[in-house]
Amino acid sequence: MSEPTDKELISAVLEGDASSFEPLVTRYQPRVFATARRYARREDEVADIVQEIFIKAYQKLSTYRAEAPFEHWLMRMAVRTCYDFLRKHQRNREYNVTEISDEENDWLENVGDEGPERETDQAAAKALVERLLEGLSPDFRIVITLLEIEEKSVKEIADLTGWSVSLVKVRAYRARKQMRKMLARITPEKYL
Amino acid sequence: MKLDQIIEKLLSTARKDQPSDRVPYAFENRIMAQIADLPVAEDVWAAWSRLLWRAVAPCTAVAALTVVAWLSFSPAQTDRAVHDRELDEIVAMAIELPAE
Repeated sequence: MSEPTDKELISAVLEGDASSFEPLVTRYQPRVFATARRYARREDEVADIVQEIFIKAYQKLSTYRAEAPFEHWLMRMAVRTCYDFLRKHQRNREYNVTEISDEENDWLENVGDEGPERETDQAAAKALVERLLEGLSPDFRIVITLLEIEEKSVKEIADLTGWSVSLVKVRAYRARKQMRKMLARITPEKYL
Repeated sequence: MKLDQIIEKLLSTARKDQPSDRVPYAFENRIMAQIADLPVAEDVWAAWSRLLWRAVAPCTAVAALTVVAWLSFSPAQTDRAVHDRELDEIVAMAIELPAE
């Protein structure tokens, strides 16, 4: 027998069979975990975000209109919950973008050089980009992550975040400007 | 190398670095335990429209019964014919009077 579709499972949940929600969780939790890991570093934070996303989805399931796939609806909820998480934890993060490690400093020193990239270079670049993203405000971080890293279109981001297309464009522009400003503070003078 | 190029290089590193989609063991059990006591929130508009549809049958029945009762018990049919005839006579008399 084939597996029940999302629509069938959702109908069953809405008719009172809460256990039909479990296959939906099992089906979509890897994608939701991957999304949450973009915004939270600690695994306990990631798990809390994912839990909140699924609980919200369960409570608001009756508002789901089957006009778009369930996955799109769920991912919209995921992005908005991650955004709320960033806003909630913004003040708790004491972050100093200028305090970079030696490896990150070396990467910046040699970024213009030709030659094969080493594994340590990649790790340093990864740490550096994470540092820059952490230094951005929640609005800017969400927009840079979705637009530049996940390579979504402006329209898709507007749909995911609930912002207007023009607001997404403005925030993307300002976020890039903010990144450039932060990078200028730590970059060797030869690149300025 | 300019700042924008450095940013592009950093973002391209981030693009290649896909976050893991690993799920902790039996995580779905944790979710199911959390939602066990939660009700699925009712969609207000859906509930309202369902109530409206349920009200359609009794409302139609009441309207039909009212029409039937009105048709059965109303004496208007005969009275109206009498009134019409009397009105005709009065008007005819009024027209005829000046001639006399």
